[in-house]
Amino acid sequence: MDKTQELSGSHAGGPLDHSPIDASSVNDILMAGDKSKGGRPYFLESAETERIMNVAMAVATEVAVLRERLDTLERLLESKGLIDRAAIEAYEPDEASAQERQLWHARYAARILRIFQQELDAIARPENNTPMHRIADEINEM
Amino acid sequence: MPMSSYQLPPVWTKLRRHEVFPTFSHDERARYNFLSNLNRFVSTVMAPGNRIAFENRVRPSFQEKHGRDFQDRHELQDYMSKDPVYQAWGALRRSTMEMRQQNGRAAVLRQAAELAGKVCEQLSKGPQNLELKEGFTVPPYLRHVDNHLMPGSYHTEYFQGDVANAANYDSGLFVTSGGMLGSLTDGGGQAIAKWVKETYPDFHPKRILDIGCGLGHNALPIAQAFPAAQVTAIDAGAPMLRYGAARAKALGVHNVTFIQADAASMPEFEDAGFDWVQTTMFLHETGGKAIHRIMQEIRRVLTPGGITLHIEQPQYTPEMSLYEQFMRDWDAYYNAEPYWGHMHDLQPQDLMEEAGVPREEFMQIGVKAVNDLDPKKEDGKVAEDYGRSPIWNVFGGWKR
Repeated sequence: MDKTQELSGSHAGGPLDHSPIDASSVNDILMAGDKSKGGRPYFLESAETERIMNVAMAVATEVAVLRERLDTLERLLESKGLIDRAAIEAYEPDEASAQERQLWHARYAARILRIFQQELDAIARPENNTPMHRIADEINEM
Repeated sequence: MPMSSYQLPPVWTKLRRHEVFPTFSHDERARYNFLSNLNRFVSTVMAPGNRIAFENRVRPSFQEKHGRDFQDRHELQDYMSKDPVYQAWGALRRSTMEMRQQNGRAAVLRQAAELAGKVCEQLSKGPQNLELKEGFTVPPYLRHVDNHLMPGSYHTEYFQGDVANAANYDSGLFVTSGGMLGSLTDGGGQAIAKWVKETYPDFHPKRILDIGCGLGHNALPIAQAFPAAQVTAIDAGAPMLRYGAARAKALGVHNVTFIQADAASMPEFEDAGFDWVQTTMFLHETGGKAIHRIMQEIRRVLTPGGITLHIEQPQYTPEMSLYEQFMRDWDAYYNAEPYWGHMHDLQPQDLMEEAGVPREEFMQIGVKAVNDLDPKKEDGKVAEDYGRSPIWNVFGGWKR
């Protein structure tokens, strides 16, 4: 596969070199993500897409982690008699609570999909899309 | 409990946690549980899609264009790599491997100092079972690549006494293998020990050499199966040996000594000093020249009448389809085990002849991991995942 390329820089003394000096100076956050030797293969036609896929998979992992933690919480609370998981399953909010929750979902969806909304805006209102270097020149004359 | 016919991988907490095992937080365990499931989906749902894409469109379109079939696995690779099914599978498989490494490293590196301390304390108990060498030279084939995409591979020590990479390996192989190697990830060693005992009930080895032992996953079951024997487990990686020696003590296995040595040159061992020389999933992580020097050394240290056995992935033979060779090659290039392809092109009979096994003594068998976590035990069917399946080729023979 010829899409092979190295994305990270040198590991010897450069900004990515975070080798510890002793047991008390381990940079676990950055070292966890150390790159292994050899060029990284890209399988998808676009390396940019593969990048996004990797970010999405990492986020998906964290959703699973949250789900497992929530499950732990529910089970512990139930074992202490504080909640009833069947009641959670059967829960139906009253009108006002249901509206609040829908509102939250709507805001959340809009935050996630912001870029699509703004791309449509760009097509709909081309006059509002002057390149910034031109605006800079124009504003210099104002 | 709601039932599904979908085969679940075992949860990570089924791993047997010994005294020097790293501590995992709730979320670190959850991360591994998710990754096991991700691997399971990629290997059982997505991987078979490659064959469908190959049979239904990649091969027919190649045949139509060229008027012939593929000549070798490399040509097949060129065409498969343009297929979107292969691309998606490859991208995800690579991604899960990288995530497994990052998540494992995050867990062990945050406790690297404590782990080194636990290992040191464990090693101080009872008789010495570890020999590390000052100024030891790690073989070039190990320094050249990070096998399995483990940054730093088996030999990197981040500080004096460090065992982080070994602890990462010990706690994470369960995720890559989908738990199919059992609760101590020792299904390979258990399988070979069982096979030798059953096949050669009159064989009572006194001195066993396990080459490329890593942290001793497979040396320990052999030592336990032959308690009258003294097992010498060698490896180039100090963190693996240090952790392995402590782990052996923690698991109460006292007839194994871990020694830092280069299998291609073992002057520390006398001629004909071993009755059994074993390697397990080691030869494909060596190099094209080193492997022959290793065979010479095995010939030298193995006593006449002794046995040498090697657990490996299947060799690429003319009987193996190009498609299967291509699928098996994935790990060579994309899971950083680059000698895998070349090694599996060699004839094991030739290698064994170099190691002192005459052709008429050569043997080759298939073994399946002994897995205490598999509800169906050894009779259970396992999904074909090529280089990841717990089914191996064992070759070797008696030295005359």
